[in-house]
Amino acid sequence: MNLTLFLLALFDGIAYAALVFIVAVGLTLIFGVMRILNVAHGSLYAMGAYLTASLTTFFVAAGLPPIFAFPCMLVSAVLIGVVIGGPLEWLLLRRIYHKPEVLQLLVTFAIFMILEDVQRLVWGTQPIFQSAALQLLGNVRVFAVNYTVYQLILLPIVAIALLVGLRFFLRRTVAGKLIVATTEDREAAQAIGIDADKVFLLTFIVGAGLAGLGGALASPTTSILPGIGADMIVLSFAVVATAGLGQIEGAALTALLIGLGRSFAVYVWPETQVLVPYLIMVAVLLVRPEGLFGSPAARKI
Amino acid sequence: MFIRITIPTLLLILLALVPFGAPGLQVLLTLALAKGIAVMGVTVLLRSGQVSFGHALYFAIAAYGGAFTLMLMPGADLIIVLVFGIVTAVLSGIIVGLFVARYRFIFFAMLNLAFSMIFWSILEKFYHYTGGADGMRLPRPTVMWIELERGAYELVMFYLALALALGLGWFSMRWLDSPTGQLFRTIKTNETRLQYLGMSPQRVMLTGYVLSALLCGVGGIIMGLVQGVVTPEYAFWVRSGEMVFIAVLGGAGSVPGALVGAAIYEIVRTYASAFAGDIWQLVLGTFLLIIILFAPGGIAGIYSGVMDRIAGKKEDSE
Repeated sequence: MNLTLFLLALFDGIAYAALVFIVAVGLTLIFGVMRILNVAHGSLYAMGAYLTASLTTFFVAAGLPPIFAFPCMLVSAVLIGVVIGGPLEWLLLRRIYHKPEVLQLLVTFAIFMILEDVQRLVWGTQPIFQSAALQLLGNVRVFAVNYTVYQLILLPIVAIALLVGLRFFLRRTVAGKLIVATTEDREAAQAIGIDADKVFLLTFIVGAGLAGLGGALASPTTSILPGIGADMIVLSFAVVATAGLGQIEGAALTALLIGLGRSFAVYVWPETQVLVPYLIMVAVLLVRPEGLFGSPAARKI
Repeated sequence: MFIRITIPTLLLILLALVPFGAPGLQVLLTLALAKGIAVMGVTVLLRSGQVSFGHALYFAIAAYGGAFTLMLMPGADLIIVLVFGIVTAVLSGIIVGLFVARYRFIFFAMLNLAFSMIFWSILEKFYHYTGGADGMRLPRPTVMWIELERGAYELVMFYLALALALGLGWFSMRWLDSPTGQLFRTIKTNETRLQYLGMSPQRVMLTGYVLSALLCGVGGIIMGLVQGVVTPEYAFWVRSGEMVFIAVLGGAGSVPGALVGAAIYEIVRTYASAFAGDIWQLVLGTFLLIIILFAPGGIAGIYSGVMDRIAGKKEDSE
C-alpha cells in the first residue's frame, strides 16, 4: 500500500465516519433519554437523503443556482424531524413507554417496515443521484491526492460542530439540562415540575432530525436506492453499541474507528468491506459487553 | 374441554386431506408449514421475552447447507440433505448463540440482525461460491433412494412438512414445560432469581437459542427443497421481520399459534399480493402495530377468548 492509497483510504474513512456519526448520534441521543432503540432511524436517514435529492433537483431545475442545495439539506432535516419524527413520538411511542421492552422494539420495527414501503411508494425503486452540492465545492489537492472539499472538509466540520454543539446544548442550555435531568431520573424530574412528555417529544424530534441531516449530507456522495435505510440502522447500531448505548462522545470515536476500518478494508480486501464494522463491534463486545465507554448497568432486584 | 380438542383435530384432518380435496393449495400449504416451523423458533424465543430480528439467518444457512450438500454430493438422498442442512443450522446456532446468549432485549435483537446482515452480504459478495443474488439450485433429491416424479415428490414434501410441524411443535411445547424450558421462561419473568437458584442464564438461553435455530433451520431446508432454489433473500431482514410478524400474529409465545398464523399469513399473502404487492411491508407493519396495541394475544389469544366464551371459564389457563 503506497502513500496515495493510504491517504485515499484515510480520507474515505474520515468522510464516512463523519456521516455515520451524525446518524448514530441521533440514535444514541434518543436511546439515552427515552431508553428506546428506534429501529426506524435508518428509514429517517433514507428519507432525509431522498427528500434532499428531490428538493435540490427541483430547485436547480427551476433555475436557482446550485448553492441552494445546502439550504435544501437543512430544510429536509428539519422536515424529517418535525413532520415525521414529531407525530411518531406523539401518536405511537408515547403509548408504549410503560410496556415491556420487546414490545417497544416491535413497535419501532413495525414503523421501520411501514416507512421502508412509504419511501418506495414516494420515490420509486430507481436509484437517484444528485451531486450538485458535491460538484459546487470542487476538489482539494493534499499530498498529490485529489479529494472533494465536500467530503474531506465540510462533512468532518459538520460532525465536529455537531459534537461540540450537542455538548454545549446538553450542559449549558436550559432545554439541554432538562433533557439530562429527565435522563437521569424521570420521576424525580417530573416531581420538580419538568414536563417529561415535552422533553421526550423534543428529544425525538432532534434525534429524528439528525437522522434526516445524516441522510441529507450523504445524498450528494452516493446514489440513493431502496435498502440504504436498513444498512444504515445496522451500521449505526454497531457504532452506538461499540461505544456504549447513550454515549455521545464515545460514538464519535467509534464512528471514526469503524469508518477507518471499513475504508481500509475496501483497499486491502474489498469483499470484507461489509464485515469489518461488525467484526470490530463483536471484538469490542466480547471484551466489554457494555461497550467501550459504557459503564455496567446497575441491576434492579 | 370437548370443543377445545374437537376444533384442532378437525382442522388437522382437513389439512391432511388437502392433497386430495384441494390439490391447488398443496404447495402453498407446504410452504406455509415450512414457514410455520421456522416461526416456531421465533415463538420459542419470545417465551423468554426476547425477540430476534435476524432469525432468517438460520433459515438461510440450512437451505444453503442443503444446496451445498447437493452440489458436492450429487444424487444425495432427501434424508442426507435434511440432516446436513439442519446440522449446519444447529452448529451455527451454537457458535452465534455462545456470543448473543449474553445479551438481552435491544442487544439481542440487533446483534441477531447484524449477524443475518453479515451472512446476507457474504452470500451476495462471494458469488463464486454462493451464486450471488441468483442463489443456488437444489435439484430434486431422491426419497429413500427412489427417484420420484414432481407430483409424488411434492406430495411427500407436504406430508413430511406436516409431520415435522406436528412433531416439532409437540416437542417444543413439551420442552417449554420441561424443567429446562421452565428455566428458559424464567429469563422473561425473573432472570435474577435464576441466578440465585445457581443456574447460568447464559447456558439456559443458549439451549433455547439452539432449539430456535434448529426450528428455523428445519423450516429453511424444507422451503429450499420445495422451491428448488435458495437465494440470499432467504437471509434478508425482510424475511426475519416476516417471521417476527407471524409469531406476533399467531400469539406471542403460542406454538400452535405460530403454525396457524403462518397458514393464514401465506394464504392472505398469495391472494392479496395482486392488490398490495408494492405495499406489503406497509400492510404488515400496520397490522403489527394494531396487534401489539389492541390485541396483544394474537390469534391464539382471540381463539382462547372465544373458546372461553363457548365452553365456560372452567379450566385454569396460564
